[in-house]
Amino acid sequence: MAEVKTNINEVQDQIIDEFGLFDDWTDKYEYIIEMGKKLSLMDEKYKTEENKIKGCQSNVWLHSELKDGKVTFEADSDAVIVKGLISMLVRVLSGHSPNEIFSTDLYFIDKIGMTQHLAQTRSNGLLSMVKQMKFYALAYQAKTN
Amino acid sequence: MLTQTENYQVETIRDDFPILHQEINGKPLVYFDNAATTQKPLQVIEAIGQYYLDINANIHRGIHTLAERATASYEATREVLRQFLNASSTDEIIFVRGVTEGINLVANGFANSILKAGNEVVITAMEHHSNIVPWQMACEKTGAILKVAPINEKGELIFEEYVKLLNPQTRIVSLVHASNALGTINPVKNIIEEAHKFDIPVLLDGAQSTSHLEIDVRDLDCDFFVFSGHKVYGPTGIGALYGKREWLEKLPPYQGGGEMIKDVTFEKTTYNELPYKFEAGTPNIADVVALKHAIKYIQELGKANIAQHELELLEYATGQLIDVKGLKIIGTAKEKVSVASFVIEGIHHQDLAVILDQQGIAVRTGHHCTQPLMKRFGILGTTRASFALYNTKEEIDLFITALHKALKMLR
Ligand SMILES: Cc1ncc(COP(=O)(O)O)c(C=O)c1O
Repeated sequence: MAEVKTNINEVQDQIIDEFGLFDDWTDKYEYIIEMGKKLSLMDEKYKTEENKIKGCQSNVWLHSELKDGKVTFEADSDAVIVKGLISMLVRVLSGHSPNEIFSTDLYFIDKIGMTQHLAQTRSNGLLSMVKQMKFYALAYQAKTN
Repeated sequence: MLTQTENYQVETIRDDFPILHQEINGKPLVYFDNAATTQKPLQVIEAIGQYYLDINANIHRGIHTLAERATASYEATREVLRQFLNASSTDEIIFVRGVTEGINLVANGFANSILKAGNEVVITAMEHHSNIVPWQMACEKTGAILKVAPINEKGELIFEEYVKLLNPQTRIVSLVHASNALGTINPVKNIIEEAHKFDIPVLLDGAQSTSHLEIDVRDLDCDFFVFSGHKVYGPTGIGALYGKREWLEKLPPYQGGGEMIKDVTFEKTTYNELPYKFEAGTPNIADVVALKHAIKYIQELGKANIAQHELELLEYATGQLIDVKGLKIIGTAKEKVSVASFVIEGIHHQDLAVILDQQGIAVRTGHHCTQPLMKRFGILGTTRASFALYNTKEEIDLFITALHKALKMLR
C-alpha cells in the first residue's frame, strides 16, 4: 500500500468525494452512466481484436501508450455502465508513471461501493481491465529499466 | 365454480420456497431467472438433509440396513421418474448429471458405435451449446456431418426444411423440446414421426420443457429424452436420460468402473444390464433421493395448473413489454413456454441487468449458451425473464416498473 499521497490517490480521493454527495444508488448510477456517455470515444483504429478485453458480456477495448515516462490509457465499451466504470479507471491511472500505476492500490472502487462490479460473475471486464492496465504498466516498466 | 387460477394458491406455494423471501439491495427479490435454474422447495431441501442425517450409505453393495435403505430410496426415484415420463420400464431411466451429460452419453455412444464418415446428424438452429458441441465432437471423431434445420423470424422451426434434411445417411435427430432462449415449443411429435419414416432415432433436450409440459415419452415416441433436475425444482448435479431399451442396449457404455458390470457375489444379482451399464461408479445418491420430492411437488400441483399459471404470467408480461418503446421480443412462436426474451433499441442488455439487479430483479442477459441462435437474429444477446410456478403478477409489475426506471436512467 502506497503511504505517500500520490497523484493517483488524489484522483481516487476526488472520486470518493464526488460519490459522497450521493445518498442513493440511483444518483450513483446516473453519475456513472453520465460519465460513460461522456468518455471520449476511442480512436476506431484502436478497436482491434488485440485490444479487446476477454471474457466480457459487452465489448471492452483498452489501448495504452508510453510517452515521456507516463502511461496514457484510452478505453471504450458498448455498454454504458461499464464505460462509466472504466472511465474512472482511466481517470485515475492515465498519465502516471508505470511504477505508480503498478504499485497503486485502487481503494476507490470499494469506497464508492462498486466492488460488486469486480466480481467474476459480472463478466463485465472490469476486473480484467484492472489487471490489463497493471500488466501494461509492468511491461513498460520492464522496458524502461 | 372457482377458476383454475383462483384455486392455485401462489402465496401458499411461495411459503415452500424460503429463498424467495429475502431482500436484494434493499428490495424484495424478484427471481425471473428460472430458465437457468429454479429454486427448491423445502421438501427437496429437507430431503437432502434427511438423507445425510438418516440414510447415507453406498448403494447396491452393502448387505446392511442402511445400504438397503439408501438403495431403496435411490431406486424409488427411478420409479417416480418412470411414471413422470411414462417410460415402460425403470431400465430405461439412467441417472446423469443433467442434460449436458445425458447428451454427451448418447453422442459418445453414437460416435463409438454408429456414426460413420458421411453419415449425418440433424440439429436445429435454436440449440443450446449442450446439444451442439457433443455432436460436433462426435462428427469430428467419425467424419459424420452436422446438419442444422433453420428457423423463421418468429423463432419457429421451418418444418419443410427440416424434413428435407432427412435422408438415408441421417443417423440421429437431436433437438430442443422447448428453447431456453426463445421459449419456442417445437412440434416434436410431428418431428419424430418424420424421422421415424427413415428409422432415424430422435433425442429430445427436455431442459426447458420438463417443468412446463406433460412429458409422455411413449406417446411422443421419442428415442431419447433428457432433463436436468435443477430446472424442475430439484437439486443441481442430477438429471435423467430416458432411452428406449433397444437403443440403450445398442449403445456401448459411456464410462467404465464399478456398477456397470454384473457382480455374482452381490446381493442383487438379478439386476439386468440396464440401467446400470450407464451408471459407473458411486452416483450422486443424495440428489437422486431428493429429486423425487421435486417431482412429487410438481405432480401434486399438477402440471396443467402450473402451465396455465405460467402462461398467464407470460401473457401478462408480454403484454406490458411490447408497450415499452424500442423493445422487441425475440421469440414470438405460437407455442411457447414461459420465457420472455427481448432486446431494446440503444440499450445494452448488460446495463439493463445491472440496474434491474439494483432493484432486486434477477433476470439473465447474454447469449444464453445459444451463440449461433443469437447470430441468426443478428444480436449479441437478449434480456430474458423466465417465469416459474411461484412467480406472481405483482412481481411482473415490479419488474416492469424497474425496467422503466432503468430505461429512464440509461436513455
Ligand atoms: C435448452 C437447454 N439445453 C441444455 C441445457 C444444459 O443443461 P445442464 O446445464 O443442466 O446440463 C440447458 C440449460 O441451460 C438448456 O436450457
